[in-house]
Amino acid sequence: MSEAILTVEHLTMRFGGLLAVNDLSFEARRGDITAVIGPNGAGKTTVFNCITGFYKPTQGRITMRHADGRTHLLERLADFRIAQEAKVARTFQNIRLFSGMTVLENLLVAQHNPLMSASGWSIGGILGLPAYGRAERRAIEKAAYWLDKCGLTDRADDPAGDLPYGPQRALEIARAMCTEPELLCLDEPAAGLNPRESLVLNDLLRFIRKEHGTSLLLIEHDMSVVMEISDHVVVLDYGIKISDGTPPEVREDPKVIAAYLGVDDSEVEKVEAEVGL
Amino acid sequence: MEVFFQQLINGVTLGSIYGLIAIGYTMVFGIIGMVNFSHGDVFMVSTFIALIALMILTTWIGVGSILIALLIVLIVAMIFTSLVSWTIERVAYRPLRGSFRLAPLISAIGMSIVLSNFVQVSQGPRNKAIDPILNHVFVLSAAGGYQVTLSYKQILIVVVTAILLAIFWWVVAKTPLGRAQRACEQDRKMAALLGVDVDRTISITFVMGAALAAVAGTLYLVYYGVVNFHDGFTPGVKAFTAAVLGGIGSLPGAVLGGLLIGLIEVFWSAYFSVEYKDVAAFSILAIVLIFMPQGILGRPDVEKV
Amino acid sequence: MTSATDPNFARPAPPTPVARAAREALFAAIIALGVFGPLLAFRTTQDMQNRLIVETRYGLIAIVVLLVFAGRFLLSLWFTRERPEAGPALGARLSGLMPQGLRDIVRTGLPPAALVALFVYPMMILSLTGGSGALKWIDNFGIQILIYVMLAWGLNIVVGLAGLLDLGYVAFYAVGAYAYALIATKVIPATFPGLGVWAFWICLPVAGILAAFWGVLLGFPVLRLRGDYLAIVTLAFGEIIRLVLINWTAFSNGYEGISTIPRPSFFGVPFNASDTGFAATFGLEFSPVYRTIFLYYVIVCLALITAWVSNRLRKLPVGRAWEALREDEIACRSLGINTVNTKLTAFAIGAMFGGFAGSFFAARQGFISPESFTFMESAVILAIVVLGGMGSLIGTAIAAVAMIGGTELLRELDWLKAIFGRDFDPAQYRMLIFGLAMVAIMVWKPRGFVSTRMPTAFLRSRRAVSADHVKEGHG
Repeated sequence: MSEAILTVEHLTMRFGGLLAVNDLSFEARRGDITAVIGPNGAGKTTVFNCITGFYKPTQGRITMRHADGRTHLLERLADFRIAQEAKVARTFQNIRLFSGMTVLENLLVAQHNPLMSASGWSIGGILGLPAYGRAERRAIEKAAYWLDKCGLTDRADDPAGDLPYGPQRALEIARAMCTEPELLCLDEPAAGLNPRESLVLNDLLRFIRKEHGTSLLLIEHDMSVVMEISDHVVVLDYGIKISDGTPPEVREDPKVIAAYLGVDDSEVEKVEAEVGL
Repeated sequence: MEVFFQQLINGVTLGSIYGLIAIGYTMVFGIIGMVNFSHGDVFMVSTFIALIALMILTTWIGVGSILIALLIVLIVAMIFTSLVSWTIERVAYRPLRGSFRLAPLISAIGMSIVLSNFVQVSQGPRNKAIDPILNHVFVLSAAGGYQVTLSYKQILIVVVTAILLAIFWWVVAKTPLGRAQRACEQDRKMAALLGVDVDRTISITFVMGAALAAVAGTLYLVYYGVVNFHDGFTPGVKAFTAAVLGGIGSLPGAVLGGLLIGLIEVFWSAYFSVEYKDVAAFSILAIVLIFMPQGILGRPDVEKV
Repeated sequence: MTSATDPNFARPAPPTPVARAAREALFAAIIALGVFGPLLAFRTTQDMQNRLIVETRYGLIAIVVLLVFAGRFLLSLWFTRERPEAGPALGARLSGLMPQGLRDIVRTGLPPAALVALFVYPMMILSLTGGSGALKWIDNFGIQILIYVMLAWGLNIVVGLAGLLDLGYVAFYAVGAYAYALIATKVIPATFPGLGVWAFWICLPVAGILAAFWGVLLGFPVLRLRGDYLAIVTLAFGEIIRLVLINWTAFSNGYEGISTIPRPSFFGVPFNASDTGFAATFGLEFSPVYRTIFLYYVIVCLALITAWVSNRLRKLPVGRAWEALREDEIACRSLGINTVNTKLTAFAIGAMFGGFAGSFFAARQGFISPESFTFMESAVILAIVVLGGMGSLIGTAIAAVAMIGGTELLRELDWLKAIFGRDFDPAQYRMLIFGLAMVAIMVWKPRGFVSTRMPTAFLRSRRAVSADHVKEGHG
């Protein structure tokens, strides 16, 4: 068992009178694919938004531990620093691409920070110093690499808004990967994908973990994705963690079944039989 | 203390006028999410229509009772101003609905330029001053040599504003039209699916806003007795400030905001400096938008991720 | 959605086109009578005793109503013949009239041709008019339009690229102008009088830096605001600066303005009739036209620098970040882009060019007052940016030429007096026509003249991105 890359401790998020997340603690381990699942309104996306800095949690601590031993307390960082310094990248449930920019440009925007310093904070870039030209060529190479991995090379010069839904999801993941994250957070990556696209996505996620050593944290509704690729599953309901373990463990957990299928405990067995568990 | 009371009276009078204009901004913003930039100039046009109607009634027809004349002027101004606003919506805004977001704003700025220059060209650039009317004043207190006065026209302004706001309130709260407006405000597409004629509802919203602006325009003419083609911009911005201060989209907020802006302007002029009274209004606008964009009675806007 | 419920379009059994057009025209004429009636048929004016009286102009209103009737009639007829089922809105139908290839020609052929024309323009005018009338054409058309082109290109960085709607841009123009005026008339004579001839060249960078500083100062509080709210707050800032300039007389001399601002020198050689002046130095006969031509080339260079820098920036990470910000701010933050700095850079750089332009304006006029920096100026500049097509330098330049040059041409239409009588002054219709043109162009082409966007980098081929995908920004 490897060390934890992300530790969430006593996370609580309150919106006015609504307690969206209540005293949640869990760990995501380095090199693992960790899934956070739960019914609608369980607080999954809120947890994500706290981790990636879009919300400031009411209470709790979120620690990101890098391979070199540095740690970041994410709840104290501004959202853009979480991507820039803590190396946590994310995708969005409702895809947020730069739709008027080309696919390639989307991937170049993701490499903003290294390119920015290469351009001498624009001064060298305006003067046309060669260092920036080299940096930009490297950035385009890197973008081309990810386009190849997502099968989008042919569409590189099309506007991102022109892509079909599935490739848009893939592009969003590629864009997040271009920031070279250590932890990639995916908000329902399989939502709206057909079964074939879903399989391709699984392969892409496995590839990312294996070849780039990036740990993954994902929110998912699609059980086939969760059960097939995750190493570790955290189940939320009403902002509380109700189960935590390997996919088989979680699958057996009657509380999870009850929460997911909304049945009485007495009916659990019947339902289990129906869904083939 | 006397100064205070006098300014309070003046502020409420001025605030009533701002409040009436502010409703036009707040309703249009509520229903189509657009700052109707030309609304201030629609108000200015209404002051001219009122002026012309008043001149015709008093000098040509010779209507004896000034109150009856003013009632006719009010109705004439409301009708013609509504027609102007309806046409503007039809020509300059409706073709742009659902298009590029900046287009209606630019179109509205263009319309504002058109209106003020049209009036300048057609009526001339000079100030138009009428003989003072309804000048009788009640002296409320004369302690310490300072008279606190309340004039007929101030009473008229506050009473007319109150009556029209009541009628307007009833329309929005109790009639099917008001319900259609509120439905369009919540979700235009859904309202259309449920059989609300959205275009017509939006047109009526513009018409209602313009009618209230015309009331304000008539009262403005009575109160100041002077109108000018460039008097649309500053009252327009102040009324917009009032709408924002009260919480844009909220009708009581617009009236409350109008009163507050009127009071702030009057007290600022009385106690600090007349020169900087517009600076004060613009500063309030900026401060409110930056620090409390939801206003006093508006709903907060939460950023969705 | 619009046409489906429109009583003019959705008739169950359409009558003959002519009858229909006549009916629509009659409706339009009645509306026109109501809209224009009060203000056109009656005119309030002062009589001999300076009392207000009402004059009638029934003839004028009759002409206007007839014109509306005829116009609407022909328009209805034209469009029913084009498309019997009367589908999309008027604007969409009108844009079908635009030639398809025009956009490509604009992109490829125009820039070099325009550049050449720009440089030979003063010479051409000089040879055509023989010197005496040249001043007006170079100054009113050349310099005047180029100032607006430069301002629009500067504002384009903020509005077109970063998607931040700024209605107070004229404030930075004012900062630049007052910076030059005050430094050149107060500071330099008091400290280093010898530098007088160099004043413009010293103040130009100072004015730019000051304006950029003000851009950051005013940009900082409005970072969180979006869309129309941002527009209104920037409008408020612009007005506050103007009102302060009016009222703080000790600083700015109020309404009186600042006069006798030193004019720029030819890099140290002043344009005057003295022995050390420009004409004497170069062995020419003294003429005020040399200074105007010099000013013309200065503003050409300033405008081209603006274009070059903003074009360059667009291809740098900061420019891509601006455009990404316009597309989706939240996604930007998730990619580690510091949106605060990115927005402030846009404000600062946009303001800097506004400051340069302001300082040039002060130098060209020799006199400035708060009257030159009204909200109307901001609106005109923003209109040029939007009409040109946000983000497009070419489109913006076309819009500036069309709108400023077109309205300026009205001053030249003196022959109209022969038709409409001696009192007719076409120039007073300048802003009226400007406003009408703004509305008409928005209805016709809501995304401006050039609405496509060129990508900043490509893998295989550079293809324009159509306007349907490009967002207009939330800020």
